[in-house]
Amino acid sequence: MSIIVTADNISLRIGEHQILLNVSFQLQLRQITTLIGPNGAGKTSLIRILLGLQKPSAGKVVLANGIRTGYMPQKMAIDSTLPLSVKGFLKLADHNADNCYEALNRVGVPQLLNSPMAHLSGGETQRVLLARALLRKPQLLVLDEPVQGVDVNGQEALYNLISDIRDQTGCAILMVSHDLHLVMAATDNVLCLNQHLCCTGAPEEVRSDPIYRELFGVRTALYTHHHDHQHDLHGAVSNEHGEHCHHG
Amino acid sequence: MVDFLFLAILAGLGVALITGPLGAFVVWRRMAYFGDTLAHSALLGIALSLWLEISPGLAVAIVCLSIAGGLLAMQNQLALATDTILGILSHSSLALGLIAIYLMPDARLNLEGILFGDLLSVTAGETLTIWLVGIVVLGLLIWLWRPLIAITVHQDLAQVEGTPVAMVKAVLMLSLALVIAIAMKVVGVLLITALLVIPAATARRFATSPESMAVYGSLAGMVAVLTGLTLSWFMDAPAGPSVVLSAGVLFLLAQLARKPH
Repeated sequence: MSIIVTADNISLRIGEHQILLNVSFQLQLRQITTLIGPNGAGKTSLIRILLGLQKPSAGKVVLANGIRTGYMPQKMAIDSTLPLSVKGFLKLADHNADNCYEALNRVGVPQLLNSPMAHLSGGETQRVLLARALLRKPQLLVLDEPVQGVDVNGQEALYNLISDIRDQTGCAILMVSHDLHLVMAATDNVLCLNQHLCCTGAPEEVRSDPIYRELFGVRTALYTHHHDHQHDLHGAVSNEHGEHCHHG
Repeated sequence: MVDFLFLAILAGLGVALITGPLGAFVVWRRMAYFGDTLAHSALLGIALSLWLEISPGLAVAIVCLSIAGGLLAMQNQLALATDTILGILSHSSLALGLIAIYLMPDARLNLEGILFGDLLSVTAGETLTIWLVGIVVLGLLIWLWRPLIAITVHQDLAQVEGTPVAMVKAVLMLSLALVIAIAMKVVGVLLITALLVIPAATARRFATSPESMAVYGSLAGMVAVLTGLTLSWFMDAPAGPSVVLSAGVLFLLAQLARKPH
């Protein structure tokens, strides 16, 4: 087992608010860990602490020596007055234009190289952000709500892509997700956070855990979603059936 | 006659050169109100330079940096929105500066020149300072261009990727304080932000990259300086407001112009 991140009893208190309490977990290479929890559970705070963007009030994060971290932030609010192309955006992480094109190709949107960042759709933005994270050749990839602003079918495509990236690069992936059902197939481990870690384990275990059911409501937990068609990035329906498609 | 006009043109162009790229950051990072606050506090700097008999440029830079530090401290301590804190700092320092200058026994002081600029009386030494400071700040911006763009696009992402965020932001703040100190002579403390914001906003219409926006901003500023001084020369209008008005008209014309592909 190659553990590359150890979070040891992380607590965070801001003023009167206890945001996180005694959170401990480990991340391993080749594993996808999904962090779920209701709004305000402290998911983003935990990620910021892990990335060194925020100091915990107690506890510590130990990273394996010399690991490179790729980060895909939750929101991308580039001011519309900043005329930045996708290429210019990627070059902030790697000056080499060939590498930028390769990363963009890897996430399936090479045609966007010269598009202005401001003109991208939700799904395109997420893929470009992922490409920038990949440019760092990370051993640890941290994705904060990677499917935000993407329709349900696009979400599945993105999760498949993230899963492929893990298979090919062998990096450890930690991602934040709002709900579990779509991400189940692509995750090895689930951390269910509500200030403290209330349950952890394989997705099926967590899903049947009463604490999880209470937090998310049984309806959400039992709801499974299948489609008989897929959408491509631009929202058009393609006739190709997905491999996760069970009826149609 | 021709000599002082030549110096005025030279000084104006020197300021326009640096307000292009710096103004682009003011626009991208929405720092216009922050720039205004620093500019207003420059008046206090002038008063300080008279009391302490030090160079006005140095005093203005010191006061601007103190205000920037005060802003950071207040943001951390008070539960007020940043624009409210800026409003408090901006107008309090302007009022304090005005009172300090009115109480000054020195009758030679030209308050109107400080508020609205006194470009036509610029000296050779001041022009040299403008160009030296302008080139130093331009050099800083070019040197840190990539990290500056990176923190403007997404600060957290830049930090994770190893950008020294605090240092880069401090350089931007310092650059702004220095440019305000040199631009004061040209358009005065009340109009400095105009020189940062308007040419950059004009450039946005034609720019296809951050770099081109910075260059076009400088060019728009230079055109505004030249037309403003012409206006001032033929109509006997005050130079600073004429330059700012020209920049504004140029912005309007740019909106009418057809957008390039």
